[in-house]
Parts: sequence; structure tokens; C-alpha cells
Amino acid sequence: MVLGVVLAVFFLLRLVPGDPARMILGERATPASVAALRSQLGLDQPLLAQLGDFAVSVFTRGDTGTSLVYNVSTRELILQRAPVTLQLVALAVLFSVVIAVPLAVVAARQKDKLVDHLVRIIPTVGLGMPTFWVGLLLIILFAVTLKWFPVGGIGTTPWDPLRSLVLPALSVSLALTPPLVRSLRSELLEVFSADFVTTLRAARIPERRVLFEHILRNAALPTLTLLGVNVSYLIGGTLVVEQVFGINGLGSLLFSAISNRDFPVVQGVALFCALSVVVISLLLDAAVYRLDPRMRRS
Amino acid sequence: MSAVSEPPVTVPAPPAVRTGPQTFLARARRSPTLVVGLAMTLLLLLSAVFAPWLAPFDPSAQNLTGGLLPPSAEHLLGTDQLGRDVLSRILFAGRTDLRIAFLAAIVPFVVGVLLGLVSGYFGGTLDYLIGRLVDTVIAFPFYVIVISIVFAVGTGEGGIYVAFALVGWVGYTRVVRATTKALRGSGWVAAARGGGLSHGRVILRHLLPNILPQAVVLLMTEIILIMVAVVTLGYLGLGVQAPTPDWGTMIHDGQAFITTKWWLSALPGLAVIYTGISLSLVGDGLGDAWRVR
Repeated sequence: MVLGVVLAVFFLLRLVPGDPARMILGERATPASVAALRSQLGLDQPLLAQLGDFAVSVFTRGDTGTSLVYNVSTRELILQRAPVTLQLVALAVLFSVVIAVPLAVVAARQKDKLVDHLVRIIPTVGLGMPTFWVGLLLIILFAVTLKWFPVGGIGTTPWDPLRSLVLPALSVSLALTPPLVRSLRSELLEVFSADFVTTLRAARIPERRVLFEHILRNAALPTLTLLGVNVSYLIGGTLVVEQVFGINGLGSLLFSAISNRDFPVVQGVALFCALSVVVISLLLDAAVYRLDPRMRRS
Repeated sequence: MSAVSEPPVTVPAPPAVRTGPQTFLARARRSPTLVVGLAMTLLLLLSAVFAPWLAPFDPSAQNLTGGLLPPSAEHLLGTDQLGRDVLSRILFAGRTDLRIAFLAAIVPFVVGVLLGLVSGYFGGTLDYLIGRLVDTVIAFPFYVIVISIVFAVGTGEGGIYVAFALVGWVGYTRVVRATTKALRGSGWVAAARGGGLSHGRVILRHLLPNILPQAVVLLMTEIILIMVAVVTLGYLGLGVQAPTPDWGTMIHDGQAFITTKWWLSALPGLAVIYTGISLSLVGDGLGDAWRVR
């Protein structure tokens, strides 16, 4: 899979209609500068040699080349920007779990009642909700009207960064909540009607303990799996939301690279994001495997 | 009246009690989800098609002295920074965004369904290769890959079509491949083959009708995702280019005035959400009527 991802990123440059060097430099570039850039990007080599060089660079140095604008390796740029983005992703996951789990529990416990119907509307509305627009609404409500959070940026005091990540993380998590609520609710409905729950209730175990110690534990694993499925969506949404809130993460690196036509950086960010998805999914799979005694036994 | 009457004629009772509507159409008519969804979608399409007649103003007509007006009787939703009527722009933007979303959904649908059928039916090396291709595309965050492709191919409508043609087929292929695999083992497929039908005929005449409902339900979701992506690209300046009105660029332009004129960004977003809900209801309704999970 990693090999496929590297290949895809390599061929991204070949999607450019015509000469990538000319596309980067613009129509009015001199033939000499186009030729110089072609040799810098290795475009004058045969395709297989280019691919070989690219693969060697990626696998030995973790690099997709040198930024055409900053003149440093793409790895350096990405490692500089990645922490903020990853913090944002982590916070968003936390928020969506905190929002989705109670909603799903309430809906599943009151199946076919009013609350359940209301919760079931969430996925229908959420599917067509642009994440960046949700971010803007949150700015209007919490930053402009209530003034609880900054409108954008990261701030200067030690407490500021966390505070300014709250609204962006919330926007991303609101996009993740609908699918999470939908699956968790049906997952919980299944657990509620399981034999072991009936047995626990018959043994007069207090309902609170049944819920917290038995049902939620059983519903937690599918939630983890589902988060794994949605990691890719989550990272993509985060990059866009960074633009809304003016956060200097991978998203702004990607978009500034796009406006500067800095091809190696665009490739680097795409590669980094795809590899993060692969790694995070693997980690979540491993976590599910460790947490689920049934999986370990088989 | 005589006490002695003829033995009562026993009319055989209907063999089975009809528990619910039996056909797709009967179920569809009774599904409030589908009916409401179709009504909402119809309204949406009508407003897009008839935008030139419905819009009170020319969406591009500027009036620099009448910029940033709040909603009033003349401009129901106010005006933007260049004095253009917001309602007219939202209506015209719907034309653009819906057209792109529907058109961009066609190629991925056809390619994805065919690849899924072929991959699931034949299995083997071909299936393995298609599977790896699906895994690779899925590893890229949706927005990252779409944005990168649009950047490489060129911004605007053309880039959007290429990007979705390259990545949008994956969802269909995954679902159709799994279902086809499950169906391939059934007796009627073996019977069709045994009856001398070619692989192509079995796939197109026998398997395709079985997986089509599932694919169409997914199509509704995909159109919504593409529409949201088109709007997001417009917001980022990579999608529909000015002066063509687009919900995304409208939201972006309004962001500069967010502290005082919040509706400039909020209203186009509501149009996006309305579209999403309409199509989502149609998808859910079709799923119920076809009994697709």
C-alpha cells in the first residue's frame, strides 16, 4: 500500500497537461530557465530513472525533493508544520467522541421516541454540511458574538494555542459526528438486545452498571474501528479548516505551495497525509486487537 | 325463511395476508422520506433551471454605491461587497454547482460499477490489482487528493471533472465488488453460465440489475459529497472561477465581513445544506423502497 501511495504521488506531477516546468514558471519564462528547472526536477531523465530517484529519496530521506520557494527539503517544512495539524486532529477526535457517544446512547435507549428521531436526523443534515462553513458559523457565534474564543491565529501566551484550537477542532468534529452517531446507535441497539444484557438485568445488576461497565465497553471497539475508517476524512477536513481559522499547519503549507506552484511541497504534503492515514489506521487496528479478548484468542 | 338452507359455499380465503406494499413503486409511494426528498429536490432543480426568470436581478450586475446592504424589500437577502443581489447570486450559483455535481458524478459511477462487477466476478489477479488500486486511493484523504489533482490539472470546472473521475469510482467499486462476490456463488449464476451465456451477458443482464439499486443509493451520497467538494474548492479559490457565481466563492467573499454582515457567508451555506438534505432523503427513501441496507 505504501508503494502504491508513493507511485500515486510520483505520477501526480505527470498529470500536468504539457510541461510541468513551464506550468510552474509560467508562460513568460525563458527557455533557459525552463530547462534549468527541468533538470532540477529531474524531468530531463528517462521516466524510470525519475521514478527510481524519487523512490530512493522518499525511502531513504523521507523527502519528496527540495522546495522551489524556500529552498529547503520538503521533509523539514512538513515536520515544522505537522505538530499543529496533528494536535488539531487529536482534539477533533476527542470532541467527536464526547459528542457522539452520549447522543448515540440516549437515542438507542429511547428507540423510536422523539429523541431518537431527532438524533437520526443528524446524519441526514450532516452529510451535506461543508466543514469550512461550520467553522465560519462557529466563528460568528463563539468568536464574534460571544467573544469566548479568538477569531483566528494561534496567539502568543502559553494558554492561547489550546484555546485557539477549540473552534477549529469543534468544526472538524461536527463533520465526523454524524457517521459516528449513526453507526454507534445501531451498534448499541444490537448490544442492548444481546442475551448477556438480559441476563445482567435479570440478575438485578443496576442499570447504570450494565450501561457503563458492559454495554459501553462492547460498543467502544466498533467506535474505534469506525474512527480508523474516518481518519482519512478527518485529516482532509482539518487541512481545509486550518484555512478558515488561519492556522499555520499542513493545510496552509499545502495551499501556499499551490499558489506558489511549489510542486515538491504539494507532493510531500500529499504523501505525508496518506502515510499518516496508513499509520493511524494500523495503530487503531492494533489497539482494537489488544483491547478485544475475542480477537486475541482466535 | 327456511331453517334448512343450502350448505354455505366456502370461498377460499386469500392465501396470504398482505403485510405491506409488495412492489418497489408501491413502497416508494408510501415512503414519506422519499416523497419529501423528491419534492425538495424538484423544488431545487426548478429553482436552478428557472434561475434566469426567478432571480430579481442580474447576478453579475454591480452597484458600487449600493454595496453590503442588509436584507430589504428590494434586495430580499441584501447585497454583497460589489452591490450584487445576494438572492440572485444564490439562485445562479445553484445552477453552476448542481450542474457540476451531477455531471462529475457520472464517470465515477459508470467506471466504479463496471470495475466492481468485473473485479468481483472474475476474481484472481485482476481482482487483486483493482483491490490494491482501491486501497491506494482510499489512503489519501479525500480533500488532499482532490485538491492536488485539481492543482496539477488546472483549476476550474475541467480540473474538477478530472479529479472526480480519478478518485470518485472507489466507493462504488468497493461496494459492488463485495456484493458481486457474494452473488457469484449463487445457483442462478451457475445456471446462466451453464445455459451457455457469455461472461459479459451474465454480468450485464443478470448481475448488474441486482447490484444497481445499491449503486444508485450510493450515487445520491456521492453527488452530495461532490457538491460539498465543489463548494469547498470554490471557497479555497480552486474551483469555479469568478465572475461565475458559486456558493463556495460567495462564502469566501462574505468571510471578510463576518463581524458585521454574517449573513453573506451564512446564507449560501444554507443553500448547500438544503441540497444535501434533499438528496440525502431521496437516497434514504430509495434505499428503503429497494430494501437496500
